Amino acid sequence: MAAHAAAVEDVLGVARRRRSEQAVRALLAAAAGLSVLTTTGIVVSLLEETVSFLGDAGIGAFLTGTDWSPLFAEPSFGVLPLVTGTLLVSAIALAVAVPVGLGAAVYLAEYASPRVRRAVKPVLELLAGVPTIVFGYFALLFFTPEVLRPVFGEPLSGFNALSAGIVMGFMIVPTVASVSEDAMSAVPAALREGAFGLGATKLQVSTRVVFPAALSGIVASFVLAASRAVGETMIVVIAAGLQPNLTADPRRSVETMTTFIAATAKGDAPVGTTAYEAIFAVGTLLFVMTFAMNLVAIRFVRRYRQVYE
Amino acid sequence: MSAGDRVRGTLFRALLLACVVLSAAMLLTLLVDVALDGAGRLSASFLTSAPSFRPDVAGIWPALMGTLWLIGICAVFVVPVGVATAVYLEEYADGSKWWNRLIEVNVQNLAAVPSIVYGILGLAFIVRGPLSLGPVVMAGALTLGLLVLPVVVIAAREAIRAVPPSIREGSLAVGATQWQTIWRQVLPAAVPGIATGVILALSRAIGETAPLIVIGAASFVAFAPSGPSSVFTALPVQVFEWISRPQQEFHELAAAGILVLMAVLVAMNGAAIWLRTRYESRW
Repeated sequence: MAAHAAAVEDVLGVARRRRSEQAVRALLAAAAGLSVLTTTGIVVSLLEETVSFLGDAGIGAFLTGTDWSPLFAEPSFGVLPLVTGTLLVSAIALAVAVPVGLGAAVYLAEYASPRVRRAVKPVLELLAGVPTIVFGYFALLFFTPEVLRPVFGEPLSGFNALSAGIVMGFMIVPTVASVSEDAMSAVPAALREGAFGLGATKLQVSTRVVFPAALSGIVASFVLAASRAVGETMIVVIAAGLQPNLTADPRRSVETMTTFIAATAKGDAPVGTTAYEAIFAVGTLLFVMTFAMNLVAIRFVRRYRQVYE
Repeated sequence: MSAGDRVRGTLFRALLLACVVLSAAMLLTLLVDVALDGAGRLSASFLTSAPSFRPDVAGIWPALMGTLWLIGICAVFVVPVGVATAVYLEEYADGSKWWNRLIEVNVQNLAAVPSIVYGILGLAFIVRGPLSLGPVVMAGALTLGLLVLPVVVIAAREAIRAVPPSIREGSLAVGATQWQTIWRQVLPAAVPGIATGVILALSRAIGETAPLIVIGAASFVAFAPSGPSSVFTALPVQVFEWISRPQQEFHELAAAGILVLMAVLVAMNGAAIWLRTRYESRW
């Protein structure tokens, strides 16, 4: 009986078809698996050399040391100057990107007519599409000498955290604006209409109804922006300099974690030395910081999607 | 509405508009500054010459060809893998299974991993280590491919999701298998969205500098690459090299290089916008 059924299936090509369907499915799943493999590859490639680095430099000295001089004859591997440099530039960038991006998002979601939206959105997309090296060029050769120098005068270093931070801020405005605008557009019209019906003004509806209702998405946009600022490389390599200063003065030159990785990989340190392994240790720290922020952002985005979609 | 409300409303609106105007003004200033700095250096010989220590004869040909090689190979890698991942996640994956949720969160996270970290991955796994390709075109293209893969996956998923279920149900109802339905109905309908996503992903890859520096793209290459196993430089790497020099002549070359880079990007984004408006379908 079973043999008979199999024979019938064979004539119809059912078995063959089922096999090829399963093969296709397996192939697609393998492609999807590559993305998991990528993450695994990142973790493995970072950890291998990081472990060997920490064996040489010591984990306590690395995480709490305040002197970063990996290329000196007596090298010192205290990562704090790189961390504070990164945080200083990122804080300046967020101080620009958060208000400007949020303002643009509220304007697009609540105020702009469809015609204005069609004109403004491509501007933000274009801003998001400009390669970071172009922002670096602009920060070093225009923003520092033409805009900041006249204001701050001599105390401003030619390479400084302020110029890199402000220009980076404009680079991440589109990130804040588009994620926040998505969240605000997902707020149901009924909430707005209810508030208008009670006599609220447009300003009150935007700030006291739509803003809180979209808060989780807006927070996600800030966290994503912070993650991008911490991980950004070319602007700081070009415009913030290569001096690992432990300073909060934005007029001075600072070295960020990404700057160190790029400059050292470019050939400052011979392969196999502790200084070379430091690339991977700093890379691990960078990956852990951005990974934590990305997971927080993904969670917040999911929250508003669950509520409104 | 009181007079005070009206004033506050107008002020708020003006403040919001100022945010948009400020961003646009910044973008405009940047474009004008680069154009003014670089226009004088743009010429046919700039496009067709090799870089040189003498700024007046230096050109961008090896970098331009390097970028085209990178993007070509990157596309060959990233389109099939990215679309296959998107099809799996949208059409096959059972979202209640933990491994499918893992893949999904993983893709979202990879989209936000700093590009320089991909450079470290490429250095450890592709240039050295298991693949050991050396700092060649193929290694650069694969590194950039992994970097923009999540962008393609996310765009392709959206395009596939936009194809209404009725198309699938109709196909399945007349006896097509699931794969036949996907291959002959869903994917053709999703092509414009997928193509737009691919172009945007590739334009991101074109502008990436940091991962190429980390994997060791050469900063001085006198010849265009002859194949996937040639050493190479790319437009943004060449621009960076010129910015790093102190002399103003090289800064002008950098600006001219940026203009070439932006021209390539504008052409690609123009194609993306054209595709989006030309083939955008509404069900």
